[in-house]
Amino acid sequence: MAQQDLVTLTIEGVEVSVPKGTMIIEAAKQAGIIIPHYCYHPGLPIAGVCRMCLVEVEGAPKLAIACATDVADGLIVNVFNDDALAARRSVLEFLLINHPLDCPICDQAGECELQDYVFQEGRSGTRYEDYAKRFSPVEDFGGDVLYVPNRCILCTRCVRFMDDVAQEDVLNVSERGDRAFIGIHPDKDLGHEWAGNVVDLCPVGSLISKDFLHKARVWELDKTPSVCTGCSQGCNINVDTRENVVVRLRPRVNLEVNRYFMCDTGRLHYRWMNRGDRIEAPLVSQGGDLTATDWDHALAEAAQLVRGSGGRAIALVSANASNEALFLTKQLLADLEVTAAFRVPRVEGEVPLVGVPGLALREERAANAAGAEALGYKEDFDGALRAANGASLVVVVDDDLNGVSEEQLSGAANLIYLGTLLPDVARRASVVLPIANVVEEDGTLTNRDRRVQRYLQAKAAPGMARPAWWVLSELVRELGRGEVCASAAEVFAALADAEEPFHGMSYDNLGFAGRAMAAAGMSV
Amino acid sequence: MGYPHKPHEKETVVLSEYFGDAEARSYDGWTKRGGYKALKTVLEMGPSDVIEIVKASGLRGRGGAGFPTGLKWSFMPKEKSKPHYLCCNADESEPGTFKDREIMRWTPHALIEGCAIAQYAIQAEITYIYIRGEFTGPLRVMQSALDEAYERGALGPDAMGSGKRLDMYIHRAAGAYICGEETAMMNSIEGRRGNPRIKPPFPAAAGVFGMPTTINNVETLAAVPHIINRGPEWYKSLCLGNERSVGTKLFSVCGHVQRPGNYEVTMGFPLGELIDDMCGGVPSGRTLKACIPGGSSVPILNKEETESCILDYEGCVEKGTMLGSGGVIVFDDSADMVYQVMRLARFYAHESCGQCTQCREGTAWTVRIMERILAGQGEMKDLDLLLDLSHQMTGTTICVLSDSCAAPVESGIKKFRDEFEAYIVGSREPIMAAAG
Repeated sequence: MAQQDLVTLTIEGVEVSVPKGTMIIEAAKQAGIIIPHYCYHPGLPIAGVCRMCLVEVEGAPKLAIACATDVADGLIVNVFNDDALAARRSVLEFLLINHPLDCPICDQAGECELQDYVFQEGRSGTRYEDYAKRFSPVEDFGGDVLYVPNRCILCTRCVRFMDDVAQEDVLNVSERGDRAFIGIHPDKDLGHEWAGNVVDLCPVGSLISKDFLHKARVWELDKTPSVCTGCSQGCNINVDTRENVVVRLRPRVNLEVNRYFMCDTGRLHYRWMNRGDRIEAPLVSQGGDLTATDWDHALAEAAQLVRGSGGRAIALVSANASNEALFLTKQLLADLEVTAAFRVPRVEGEVPLVGVPGLALREERAANAAGAEALGYKEDFDGALRAANGASLVVVVDDDLNGVSEEQLSGAANLIYLGTLLPDVARRASVVLPIANVVEEDGTLTNRDRRVQRYLQAKAAPGMARPAWWVLSELVRELGRGEVCASAAEVFAALADAEEPFHGMSYDNLGFAGRAMAAAGMSV
Repeated sequence: MGYPHKPHEKETVVLSEYFGDAEARSYDGWTKRGGYKALKTVLEMGPSDVIEIVKASGLRGRGGAGFPTGLKWSFMPKEKSKPHYLCCNADESEPGTFKDREIMRWTPHALIEGCAIAQYAIQAEITYIYIRGEFTGPLRVMQSALDEAYERGALGPDAMGSGKRLDMYIHRAAGAYICGEETAMMNSIEGRRGNPRIKPPFPAAAGVFGMPTTINNVETLAAVPHIINRGPEWYKSLCLGNERSVGTKLFSVCGHVQRPGNYEVTMGFPLGELIDDMCGGVPSGRTLKACIPGGSSVPILNKEETESCILDYEGCVEKGTMLGSGGVIVFDDSADMVYQVMRLARFYAHESCGQCTQCREGTAWTVRIMERILAGQGEMKDLDLLLDLSHQMTGTTICVLSDSCAAPVESGIKKFRDEFEAYIVGSREPIMAAAG
């Protein structure tokens, strides 16, 4: 903040002020300019080897690499003058002499930095005529990663990620000169929990995902900002869908949470989002059988059950349910004596990304336990289940009832089940309300550091399934306990109003980076 | 002296006085010849006084760049907050250069003494002498001299009885040319891949193991004891007119001369005289065609330029080339300059570390074009392409290996274009098979 720590320079005629020690390539972003680059990545140590970010610094004897040149007061930087453009055009030509033009079958095409910059500033043709290109066969690097050496431009991002961020020396540059390639340790592979990030880091199609191999052309994908539900870390992600099918998850930058990375467990845990065996219509019990019906009927039935209940009610909620759904469930049962609980699947042993403090695949494999706690739910699923015996009403929100027996629920007078799939024990419910999964709705989750983060709808829910917040808000309205909410944002506004830890928050001010709750211990 | 030949009367013999004198290799032999006197003197002085003497002598780096040695030493932090290191660059690998090899083979104690003085001046705890992997003979000589220097107390915890500690290690390189680049050498010493580092930080701020480091060439360091013994004014007086280039310099002459070898002359000596008088000129019946005066990395001179070139830093620059390491490669009229340039380019393509794009791809591409021309399949536009590639390979990478490949190509095409064109138009028979 202090004025003396800022330096002012001019980049392409735009004056920018940046902290001392900033590199020109970062300062240029403030001037709205992305200086073309390959080896540079803000999450990795500087290598300065691709020589793509050459720019002119007035007064310097030769072109400078923007990624490793400090800003200084009064510096005048020209990115697009003739010399700099010629140098970068030359780098592109050099990179292409051994790079196959197999873009039509390359998964990276469409999000390839080599394609992009050649299109932006490269030559239309090559002068490398009549010579064979370097050839080496594709290699399986283990984990989710294939190495296509022919496409490699030796930017070394993958090597630096494994050395300096994952801190497991698995990759190196082997050989030298134009024989150089990315080598892998003879006795190790990229099975490291965080190794899949090298695929994202690779600026070309040299390191590619086996899981995504030939699955889609990336320009056909819709990208939706979301939050990973694999554990309590709350890594920010993009959900990539094609024709309403999730085809991959990729990390989305959030310097406070996951920086540029996500783990392989989270990355590859998406197939459940596309399951076909979903509940597609509201169901009500008629003579012991569940029968499909419309929303009006089902909601009226459910509301009737709530209205008719007295005494004890049990809420069994998923620790992946949104803050919005958990808030409305509380409202729904406000007149009853409620035991509200959730459970968190645990896998022993955190898997940290060593080079990024505070980032790990967590033992708690649920995304919103902190939110549930902040809203007054207890992590005592078994206790709540025991209390179900003799309760007037059990409401299940998105818990899969895995491991719950029919007997454990049979002691309750009524069961309302909100879920995506219909487990056998839920077949004894009076009303089954089909809800959207996390990629089919808007909502917020609270990570282990009590950071509230938004996720957006990436695909349509199947059939008549609706977001849990919609279902619950309709029920609350039916009971006359609140206004109908037209959007998740409105639910969240009500939540922020009513619940101390969320005070002052709104979808607008959460933005895409989220906000941490003011202080711990104000609720629960 | 022009070892293995008799010294020539025009030589100024300082460093090479005992070349060929096996007795000078031993500690006793060396002290009998005045060795280790300078170190004893220095250890009684303050480190900064030593730097001032070297500054005053006008000594400049003999590895190629010609940076003033005393000034380089003065860049080391005065107030020590971290360990300091001295690295002696004995990774002499520049094609055409073999002067450091002779210094190490014949006068190992001269180098050790020079290292010890420099080490004391920059207040370094440790000196690493980084010796080229292929130099097995010089390595043996150096190692036994170093062992002897420790045994006799010239080095170690009580160097020369001064109560001051000086430690020195020999690091044997593995044979990569690029490790002679000072920052690649630092990586190599640390056990990393020998890739040059981006500067800044400069070695004096963060060098080997991230600590303040000075790197000097063998010949530079070997000259230091003489400067201490005889005084900076004496060294400065070794001058043939240009006061910015003083002292003596070893030139390794090879190629088409009658008496190839190392010759020590005063800075400013004419290149023509070196070739004709000392080396006996080109073989009889031949005429001089070209010369590379400073090791394979510098631009080629044609006959006229060679005959009028003055061998000092400025004199070479005046002719559009560089003094470099002093590796003089002479070509007579039997030399095929296209082939020679291709061989040089092939060397650089083979030795490129491969981290910078222009160098990795450019050196290899250059070789392919050169080979194609030599196979009779070149086109006129290839020459412009070579010049354009060379232009883009100059001044755009981390180190100068890429520039070193470009220099002979550019100067070769500019000065011997007719030879290139002869292959292209078919008036000269192809000498290489066409690439598959």
